[in-house]
Amino acid sequence: MVDRAETPLNRRRFLSAAGLAGAGLATGALPSRAAEPDAAITDVQDWNRYLGEGVQAHPYGSPSKYEKNVVRRDVEWLTASRESSVNFTPLHALDGNVTPSGLAFERHHGGIADIDPAKHRLMIHGLVDKPLVFTMDDLKRFPGRVHKLYFLECAANSGMEWRGAQLNGCQFTHGMIHNVWYTGVSLRSLLEQAGVKTNAKWLLAEGGDASMMTRSIPLQKALDDCIIAWGMNGEALRPEQGYPVRLVVPGWEGNMWIKWLRRLELGDEPWQAREETSKYTDLLADGRSRRFTYIMDAKSVVTNPSPQAPLLHKGPNVLSGIAWSGRGRIERVDVSLDGGRNWRTARLEGPVLSRSMTRFYVDFDWDGRELLVQSRAMDETGYVQPTKNELRAVRGVNSIYHNNGVQTWFVHKNGETENVEIS
Amino acid sequence: MLKSRKTAAIALALGLLAPVFGLAQQQRTPAQNPPAATAGKLAPARVQLNLGRPALPQEIAAWDIDVRPDGLGLPPGKGSVKQGEDIYLERCAACHGEFGEGAGRWPVLAGGAGSLKSDNPEKTLGSFWPYLSTSWDYIYRAMPFGNGQSLTPDETYAVVAYLLNLNDIVKEDFELSKENFASVKLPNVGGFYDDDRETAEKVFWKKNPCMKNCKPEPAKVTGRARAIDVTPDSKTGPRVE
Repeated sequence: MVDRAETPLNRRRFLSAAGLAGAGLATGALPSRAAEPDAAITDVQDWNRYLGEGVQAHPYGSPSKYEKNVVRRDVEWLTASRESSVNFTPLHALDGNVTPSGLAFERHHGGIADIDPAKHRLMIHGLVDKPLVFTMDDLKRFPGRVHKLYFLECAANSGMEWRGAQLNGCQFTHGMIHNVWYTGVSLRSLLEQAGVKTNAKWLLAEGGDASMMTRSIPLQKALDDCIIAWGMNGEALRPEQGYPVRLVVPGWEGNMWIKWLRRLELGDEPWQAREETSKYTDLLADGRSRRFTYIMDAKSVVTNPSPQAPLLHKGPNVLSGIAWSGRGRIERVDVSLDGGRNWRTARLEGPVLSRSMTRFYVDFDWDGRELLVQSRAMDETGYVQPTKNELRAVRGVNSIYHNNGVQTWFVHKNGETENVEIS
Repeated sequence: MLKSRKTAAIALALGLLAPVFGLAQQQRTPAQNPPAATAGKLAPARVQLNLGRPALPQEIAAWDIDVRPDGLGLPPGKGSVKQGEDIYLERCAACHGEFGEGAGRWPVLAGGAGSLKSDNPEKTLGSFWPYLSTSWDYIYRAMPFGNGQSLTPDETYAVVAYLLNLNDIVKEDFELSKENFASVKLPNVGGFYDDDRETAEKVFWKKNPCMKNCKPEPAKVTGRARAIDVTPDSKTGPRVE
């Protein structure tokens, strides 16, 4: 167990653990002396004198213009068209454990469906006693409303890195994840109303977008903890996240969380849809493939420093990152500054919830030497995030999906940080 | 006492109480209560909420277009390789190439046999996809890209027949139909097995990973993203010096 009451770590102990003991730390440890008075203090700024905008200038607010670089970004060469593509959450610029709705990565297979909620229907049929149709109003009148914080990670997150370091930035290497609050009702409570027949074993979920995406979900998972969600971070789902309603499949790969959900069919076998055969199966070195690899293994990444968020100052710095596991709670996160030779345990901050992103911190002094920064997550089942080489030894390099190997950032003497692979 | 009994009676009359209690009991973590315990059996709700309405047969028929490997869900119909070629060249080839070779980054549909162990595996209907029904289902619901559900069942049979021919699975004179559909087997049908990570990767449940002096030598950089230089240019991002 992690001692979460731990104070900011003892610098000497940390440097010793990281193999950096005895370093000369005088340089940059103290703030430099000001030669001239600071104009930011001595001048009266415009915003100190003139009135700002009034209320209702922005009926729906947006971030400061000085934060305009904090946006989702895509990698144009990855896909043939933006309607069937992905962009990435700017993890390097975020903190805490809730992803702002407008920064949650997008993955669409037929563009963003523009659905009038008054015309949206959710149908349950197949092996049920009573096929049913629900409107959005019907769903919102269900008893037993739930409110849960879960991560959603695309199975292809870090998929470009199987053969080696490829993209410079945790936004691109790890940004196919978000962690938001969902409001809705349990899928179970809907199925109870339809009455599932005893020979039903699988549930097909279908979206109402132009790809009409389908996934087969084992009935036991559907009855356990899946949510029919219309809310996200306290407001309606964003269109790009499945407005007006989506499926939430805690801990399992994001592709199964069908957006713009319109149909649930009960059956006795999986449907073997495109997204569970030609895609989202994991090709191994022997040419065979694992299928139905639903659970997202424990994983973590240091978001600061990282290539898009280099170290800018010697002296005190806050190393930060996120960890998550599809199997439950994060038990512990260890951090190394010397490429995995020595580790120390990070401080987990904020709620540590099952199948939800967990924030970790290590406070440290940087003396300007090169670092090889890594993090390693451990979940409540005892699973320890493997190194990339350990993962490749088992799976080869062709599997695209489920790359949860330990990430290494190389911090140069000037603070510049890059994505590397190490021995 | 009287008041609370009265409240319960009102709640029951509204059909609310029992489901609410039922849901409260479901709050649990997966570790404590494996989902297998609830598999496959779900009695009808004790209290009908009268939310939603029965789905009409015509409504189910309009939406239930999915097709399974055993052919369940296929509509009546048929189409030949030759018919499929004409449709394909008109509506598919612009993205997928005349011979299924793919244009630009659009998916390759043919070839790739024997490539799955190589450095550059090509996953096509012929080399990788386990079931023919997947292509029928997907094409009928979502293709051509941007004009989904525009092909008739006969046209879909024909296009799928043509794709089988492009992958050397059927001859040029083949006609695919609802009747012979399930008899067509794809080469890689045996190439898949269910997730076995919890046994095959048991080594990752280490419990007590090494904390000190875990490597004999200092780590060396063996590969760099910068050498590949494919990261999107972020000119407006933070300046790195």
